[in-house]
Amino acid sequence: MIEITHLHKRYGSQPVLRDVTARVVPGTVTALIGANGSGKSTLLSAVGRLIPFEAGRIDIAGTGVHDWHHRELARMLSILRQAPRLDLRLTVEEVVEFGRFPHNEGPPTDEDRAAIEDALGLMSLREIRDRSIHELSGGQRQRAFIAMVIAQETRYVLLDEPLNNLDMKYAGRVMAVLTTLAHRRGRAVVVVLHDINMAAAYADTVVALRDGEVVHVGSVEDTMTETVLERVYGVPFPVVRVGERPFCVYHTHPASRAPEQAPEQAPEQAPEQAPERAPETTPPDHR
Amino acid sequence: MVTGFPAGRRLRTRAPRLVGWPVLVGGIVVVGVVSLFLGAAPVSPAALLKGDTEAWRLLLLSRVPRLVAVLLSGAGLAVSGLILQTLLQNRFASPSTVATADGARLGFLVAVLLFPAAPAAVRVAVAAAVAMAATAGFVAAVRRLRYRSVVIVPLVGLVLGNVLSAIAEALAFHFDMVQSVSSWLTGDFSMVVQGRYEMLYLGIPLMAVALRFARRITVAGFGGDTAHALGLDYTRVLSAAVLIVSGITALVVVVGGQLPFVGLVVPNLVALIAGDNLRVTLLPTALAGAFFVLIADVVGRVVIFPYEIPIGLTIGVIGSAAFLVTMSRRSTHVAGA
Repeated sequence: MIEITHLHKRYGSQPVLRDVTARVVPGTVTALIGANGSGKSTLLSAVGRLIPFEAGRIDIAGTGVHDWHHRELARMLSILRQAPRLDLRLTVEEVVEFGRFPHNEGPPTDEDRAAIEDALGLMSLREIRDRSIHELSGGQRQRAFIAMVIAQETRYVLLDEPLNNLDMKYAGRVMAVLTTLAHRRGRAVVVVLHDINMAAAYADTVVALRDGEVVHVGSVEDTMTETVLERVYGVPFPVVRVGERPFCVYHTHPASRAPEQAPEQAPEQAPEQAPERAPETTPPDHR
Repeated sequence: MVTGFPAGRRLRTRAPRLVGWPVLVGGIVVVGVVSLFLGAAPVSPAALLKGDTEAWRLLLLSRVPRLVAVLLSGAGLAVSGLILQTLLQNRFASPSTVATADGARLGFLVAVLLFPAAPAAVRVAVAAAVAMAATAGFVAAVRRLRYRSVVIVPLVGLVLGNVLSAIAEALAFHFDMVQSVSSWLTGDFSMVVQGRYEMLYLGIPLMAVALRFARRITVAGFGGDTAHALGLDYTRVLSAAVLIVSGITALVVVVGGQLPFVGLVVPNLVALIAGDNLRVTLLPTALAGAFFVLIADVVGRVVIFPYEIPIGLTIGVIGSAAFLVTMSRRSTHVAGA
């Protein structure tokens, strides 16, 4: 279990996380949502021991995150922020193989091989395993680094906006794979998501941040209401039902339009409210 | 699971990676043997076979030491460049562009001026210490940079390097030794004889350590965050790398002088063919560096035979041409990186 208790973090004099308390249990997918600058990525990085924090505790399986030996923690918890480098001349397979680094520095064992093949298969990378990262599209590269994290085979998997650069098909597939990892293999998956509907479709628990504070924790059904969305984003985005699922129609909401079209009384962060990723009708990104 | 993904446009095979070995090893052996019989004083295979003691003396006292020094210097600088380029995530990094070489030169000069009677080992030690301080300072400065663009990294290195060489020149001026200093520091292997190059053998264990660290250095090349996430002790790898690179560079500067371009061009050329996995590329890079400097050395000894052009000059000419080729080959990636 990941337990975050009374966590405070500031950049200079600017507080970015204020008294955050939350927990993540194995076997579930937790979506971290919130507007730009709400502290989601900072929280994820703090849990992934990539940045220090001023006050509070983060415990991974009962031990403080900075009390772990770095290599042992890397066998327990993995974190992927943005895909590291664009110009690497490593093959997809080599990159995924580096996911085994915390387990084994030498040549891959049978166990490593199995984990690598599994990750390549889950991310549909077998066909391009011998291609070099630098000649792939952004989405393919993103999948390769997600596969690297999967090959790391950790109980806790943290991903910062893993759907960046992915087209509709692969965005859905990555989320489906993450739920499989959680539900079938007992992993705890924490994902920072921009698209609230992706969270609604795949998450078990939603943790919402606003201005560095946790403003809501709950199931998808609890979260996908106009009241909660207003508390999180400052805008009462309408929620409809598509089939059995709640679906947030933010794409055409007035707050999502260009500032000059938005009325004066729009919430203060109106320009930042525009969804960063294009609506689902945009063609797949292939740079 | 459905793979629904079209077959790759072009499957990279591993074959090209294997072709390089015979070319490199064969080239070094052939050109290396030729270089043994090249020089103002004649040494011929026939004379050696007849047991001509003078010829054997010349071979063992001068020609073999020179060949070994050339090969080790080239290999060492290329490996140093490869390590720096990987860790700094910048294809323009090399001992001569990130102030390592300038630091080594300054240290060498300080040692010569302050302790003229001290043995060569002291010179190497002082040169290595200053090179280490310069490189560590540079790495720390770059890690603080918020926006690390492709050009800013070598730019900071060049600025720091120029400051160090300005100090060196002021020192030389003060001691009235400007001329001899510049002649010491130009790359030149013509004075390498038995007893004056053996320190370079220390480069071999340093390169062996680098080879042992190859996987870790590659992981560190993903950047601090990813390296930490994979459980790498990033700071320790960085420190070890600075030590290795500074040590090798100091050895080369003290024995052979300044050899530009080797650490810059050779790793780039090898990476174009063999990729960025150091476990695969480190040895070929070392061999290619050795071959590169060997060719420059032989060219310098042949062009105005029986006289010699200093190797620093031939390397400059060959190296800048090779540099332009690599840059045009990967221009798109440099722009996008």
